[in-house]
Amino acid sequence: MSADVELQNISVTFGNFYAAKNVSVKIREGEFFSFLGPSGCGKTTLLRAISGFLNPSEGKVLISGQDMAGIGPNKRPTSLIFQNLALFPLMSVSENIVFSLEVRGVGKLERQKRAEELLELIALSGQGDKKVHELSGGQRQRVAIARALAIEPEVLLLDEPLSALDLKLRQKMRTELRAIQKRVGITFIYITHDQGEALTMSDRVAVMNEGELEQVGLCDDVYDYPHTPFVATFVGENNAFYGKVTSVQNDLVNVESSGINFFAKAGKKDENSNHSFSSGDDVILFIRPESIFIKNDNNKLDNTFTAKVNTIEFEGNLKNIYLKMNSDMSLKFSVPNAVDTSELSNNTDVELTFSSQKAIVLPKGALAVD
Amino acid sequence: MNTFYKKNGPLISTYFIIAIVFWLVFLIIIPQLYMLDLSFRPNLPPLLRGGPDDVHTLVHYKHFIFGSETSQDNYNYVDIGVFFNTIITAIFVTIINLCFCYPIAFYMAKVANPKSARLLIVSLIIPFWINELLRSFALRILFAGEGVINNVLIGSGLIDSAINFIALDIALYTGLTYAYILLMIFPLYNAIESLDTNQLEAAKDLGSSTLRTHWRIVIPHAKAGIASGCTMVFMLTAGALATPVVLSSPNTYWFTQLIYQWFNMNDNWSRGSAYSILLLSVSVVFVLLMMRLFKVKIGEIIR
Ligand SMILES: Nc1ncnc2c1ncn2[C@@H]1O[C@H](COP(=O)(O)OP(=O)(O)OP(=O)(O)O)[C@@H](O)[C@H]1O
Ligand SMILES: [Mg+2]
Repeated sequence: MSADVELQNISVTFGNFYAAKNVSVKIREGEFFSFLGPSGCGKTTLLRAISGFLNPSEGKVLISGQDMAGIGPNKRPTSLIFQNLALFPLMSVSENIVFSLEVRGVGKLERQKRAEELLELIALSGQGDKKVHELSGGQRQRVAIARALAIEPEVLLLDEPLSALDLKLRQKMRTELRAIQKRVGITFIYITHDQGEALTMSDRVAVMNEGELEQVGLCDDVYDYPHTPFVATFVGENNAFYGKVTSVQNDLVNVESSGINFFAKAGKKDENSNHSFSSGDDVILFIRPESIFIKNDNNKLDNTFTAKVNTIEFEGNLKNIYLKMNSDMSLKFSVPNAVDTSELSNNTDVELTFSSQKAIVLPKGALAVD
Repeated sequence: MNTFYKKNGPLISTYFIIAIVFWLVFLIIIPQLYMLDLSFRPNLPPLLRGGPDDVHTLVHYKHFIFGSETSQDNYNYVDIGVFFNTIITAIFVTIINLCFCYPIAFYMAKVANPKSARLLIVSLIIPFWINELLRSFALRILFAGEGVINNVLIGSGLIDSAINFIALDIALYTGLTYAYILLMIFPLYNAIESLDTNQLEAAKDLGSSTLRTHWRIVIPHAKAGIASGCTMVFMLTAGALATPVVLSSPNTYWFTQLIYQWFNMNDNWSRGSAYSILLLSVSVVFVLLMMRLFKVKIGEIIR
C-alpha cells in the first residue's frame, strides 16, 4: 500500500524565523520524490512536519487525503530514516529491524520470519545476529531501510541517508534505493543537498531555498527549464551572464552582456508560461558548460564570442576549460576527454559558440552560491 | 606510563603519582588493614597491648552473632536485626531514590530546554550547601507532631489527629532518600544525556510507547549510570550516621549507630572495627551484585 502526501501552505517558524515558508506540494502515491536544497534551507524541518515530530505553525499535512493534525508520529503511516540513521546500538541487527513489530506485540516466531525476509530484501541474509557496530557504513544504511520498512509504511521519509557514505558507496546505494523503492512500491520522500543524488533517483524533485519551494517538476524539466536563477545554478552547473535586454522577437530574447550580443530563449515562469521581457530589463543569461563548443566549420551556432583561456582542468571523462571574457566575466565549458585540446594554452583566444535554443534568460535574481 | 609522563610533563606527573599513592596507601589501605587486624584482636587496655594476651581471635564476630563472647546458646537478635534492617532499608531507599530520580534526570537531559535544565540543576544543588545535620533537623521540624506537615494535613481536614511520622520511620526514610539524591541524579543525568535523541524519536516513529522506549532504549543505554548511582546511594545510605541519629524513631537503630557506640561510648575499638568490616563487606557484595545484575564492568561504573 502506498499513499499520496499533500502539503498545504505549510509554514514552520522558530521564534520569528521561518524555517519553512508557505510550502505547498502534492506528492503522488508510489512516487520517488526529492526535496533538494542547500544546507539549512529547511528540508529536515519539512520532513519532521510530515512525520509528525513537529507541528507546522500554519498549513496542513494530508496523507491519503486525511488531515494529520494532532496525529503523532507513531500513528502516522510514515516511517522516517534519520540523517544519522539512529539505529539502536545495543540491539542486534534483527532486533533493530523488527523493533516496530515487537512494540506491536507480534510473536517471536513471526518476528524472526519477517526479519529474515527483510534481511533478504537488503541482501544481508544470515547477518541478523551481528551487532550494529560490526556492520559497514553501507550495511548499516540498508539496516535502517529495513527497519523503516518493517511496519510496511505507506510513505518512507529519508533524511539525507547517504550523506555519511563515500562516493562509490553512495552511487551504489542510489541504485539500490531506487530498486528497493520499485520493489516495495511505496511513496519515498527523499531529502538531499546533492543534486546528482536527487536527479538520478527521483521521479520528481522540489528545489528549496531558505524555506521556500523554488520549483517542483520532473528532473529533466528542472534541469532544462529552471524557473529561477537559484534553480538554474543550484541544479547542475551554469554560466551566468549578467546583462540587459535589448530587444525581443517572438520567443528569442536579445541580451547585451559586456558589449556582446547574445540570443536566448525566454525562461519559463511556471509549467505553462514563459517570462516576458521588454527592452532595458536587467536579466541573467544562463548557458550550461556542456552546451558551449569551440567554433569551427562543423560547429557554427547562432551565438559566437571570443574568450581567453585561463586554466584547463582534467576531470576524468571530461575536461573543464575556464575562460575569461573580461575583468568580471568568466565562464566554464566542458569537452569530452577525447577532444583534442592541445592547441589551447593559457591566454590563447578561442572562438566559442552556443545555440540560442540551449540558453535561457531569466529576470535578475540571487544565484546559488556553493 | 610513558605516555602519561609525556602528556603531563615530569613535574605534574610525579605529583599525581605521589598524591595518588599517598591517598591509596596512607588514607585507605593502611587504616583499613589496621581496622581489619584490630577486629580480630581482643579489646585490651593500652598496657596489655602487644603482650601475651594480644592474640588473634574471633570474639567480636562471635559477639555479633551470639551476643556473647563465650556462649553459643543464643543468637544476638538485636544486632543481627539492626544489621539486616539497615541493609534492607538501604536497599529500599536506593530503589525509591532511583524511581524518584530517573524521571527528573530524564527530564533534565532530554525534555527540558538547556536553560531550564541548568536552572533545575542549580536548584537541586543549592539545598546541599546546607550541612547534612541541619538538613536532617529541618526535616525533623517538618515531620514533628506539631510540625508543618501535620498542621497542613489537619488544617485541610484530611486527617483528624497528628501522624507520628518519626515513630513510623517515615521521616527517616524521607531523610535518607533526600540525603543522597544528587549522587543518583548526576550519574543518571550524565548517562541519559549521552543518548542520541534521534534514537528516542526513531523508537517513537516505529510505534513504541513511552514506557517501552524507556525499557528498551533509555534504560539499557543508561545502565552504567544506574549501577553507579545505585551503588553510591546504597553505600552512603547504609553508612549514614547523622540522618538516622536525628530522624530515626527511638526504637529504630541504624547499624552505624552501633558501630559508633562501640568506638566511642564503650571504647571498644576492636568490636567497632569488626562491625565496620561487616558493613563494608556487605557494601562490596552489593556493588558486585549490581555489576552482575546490570552486566557492567567496574570501569563503566566509575566513568
Ligand atoms: N529547533 C529549532 N530551533 C530553532 N531553529 C531551528 C530549529 N530546528 C531548525 N532550525 C533552523 O531552521 C533552519 C532549517 O533547519 P533544517 O534542519 O530543516 O535544515 P536542513 O535543510 O535539513 O539542513 P541540513 O542539510 O544541514 O540538514 C536552520 O536555519 C536551523 O537553524
Ligand atoms: Mg537536515
